[in-house]
Amino acid sequence: MSAPASAPRIWQRFTPGERIARSLLYIVTVVAVVWSIKTIEIIPEFLYDAPEQTADLFKRMWPFDWAFYPKAIHHALIETFHIATLGTILAIVLALPLSFLAARNFTANPLLNLVAQFIFVSSRSVNSLIWALLFVAVFGPGALSGVLSIAFRSIGFVGKLFGEALEEAQRGPIEALTAAGAPKSMILVKGYWPQVEPAFWSVVLLRWDINIRESAVLGLVGAGGIGVALDAALNNLYWDQVGLILAVIFTVVVLTEIVTSFIRSRII
Amino acid sequence: MSAAARPPAFPVSWPVRIAWAGLALYTLYATSILNLTWARFLTGLDNGAKFLARMFPPNMAADKLDLIATGMAESIQIAVLATFFGVLLSLPLGLAAARNLAPKWLSWSARGLIAIFRSFHPVIVSILFVKAVGFGALAGILALIVSSMGFVSKLFAEVVEEMNPKQVEAVRATGASFWNVLVMAVMPQVMARFVGLSVYQLDSNLRNSTMVGIVGGGGIGAPLFTAYQRFDYDVVLTILLIIIALIMVAELVSGRIRRIFQ
Repeated sequence: MSAPASAPRIWQRFTPGERIARSLLYIVTVVAVVWSIKTIEIIPEFLYDAPEQTADLFKRMWPFDWAFYPKAIHHALIETFHIATLGTILAIVLALPLSFLAARNFTANPLLNLVAQFIFVSSRSVNSLIWALLFVAVFGPGALSGVLSIAFRSIGFVGKLFGEALEEAQRGPIEALTAAGAPKSMILVKGYWPQVEPAFWSVVLLRWDINIRESAVLGLVGAGGIGVALDAALNNLYWDQVGLILAVIFTVVVLTEIVTSFIRSRII
Repeated sequence: MSAAARPPAFPVSWPVRIAWAGLALYTLYATSILNLTWARFLTGLDNGAKFLARMFPPNMAADKLDLIATGMAESIQIAVLATFFGVLLSLPLGLAAARNLAPKWLSWSARGLIAIFRSFHPVIVSILFVKAVGFGALAGILALIVSSMGFVSKLFAEVVEEMNPKQVEAVRATGASFWNVLVMAVMPQVMARFVGLSVYQLDSNLRNSTMVGIVGGGGIGAPLFTAYQRFDYDVVLTILLIIIALIMVAELVSGRIRRIFQ
């Protein structure tokens, strides 16, 4: 008879290392939250009348200033749409070659991979609104700055996700094409592209959806679109116009989401 | 049999070609509508050279760095608090929005709320909060809480909907209350993904907390915008470099954390 093992074996879900790492994380979270609450500067005097201010805000927003829509909003809305779409297209044009550089199976040069990765990270770290600040300083206020800031913010997003899709591509078709003597450009078009096309379109649609949202605020720093109208209405304290603009943005965003999910279910 | 009978290896797809042509036409049309001309671009490049010249070298004066450090700390605090409370509130909201757990009326109203939270850009939300609670970090925190709730609860609800129903049934069959089902059957399945989402949201809140200051929501955005308006472009560059460094570190750390919880 085998000895009844000295003690019944105790099953544990995590290794000791994992448990230490987890507990450390919990501690760090608590410390970070406590530190933030203790040191952040909140002016309590402002809080006393917050409910009144909020009520006042909504009271002034309603009824909307409908006459303002044909006067200023419609044109700005179309501009916003074009900024988002053109910005996405430009981002694709700029990000595609970079994502091929970033994909380790396509470009076997660690230095080039790293350069592309660095460009992606910098593009994503700077917010679109901050990109817009920079481009407004260079190109002046207007739609051009908006398109460029949307594009530069999107390069990192599109490039990173598309590069990852490229890295997951199957070796088989590519080896077959190489063996048949296909030039590099054909390997790209007939070997990689059919494999990554669904990923490509889903990334592009996702980014376009995000860009419609983002292009609505670029106007706050002068980069064109509906944000310019919003900024003007805010500065003039015309809350009924602000309310209308917000309602319009909400409608457009919901419509975009419906359209993108429809395209996604049809194509991908 | 002639070789002509063989179909081409890569047949031409006309719908795809037409779609690409349409995209190209749209690009031309939209560029002309927006008045984007090459001449304007070139003038801009000229300006750009001057702009870059004024940016370099980044301003590292001690008093500026002091100001930046305060702003940066506030940005981090905004991100931490917004993520903490946003994630905490997303837990019930996401469960309420999951169609396999909540009754229909509840899941639809939760979904409507999430849609509203998601459709407004954090900057717009912070404008409204600046009006409601005044200038400062609180407005930024509240705005980012709203956007965190939009993102985390939507994806969390999807995770809950995808979970394995067998364990829920098993626990329910023992006569467990709803609360026990939640704790014993639902949470163990979805917790890892939830932590992953939260860490991702911390990342994205850090990015956004650098921006809410532009409209008065506190954080590094305020000194950045002031420097920009005073044409202190060398200070702007310093701040941008620090932001990029911070985001890079945050991305590394969040990748690590997600691996621990996988």
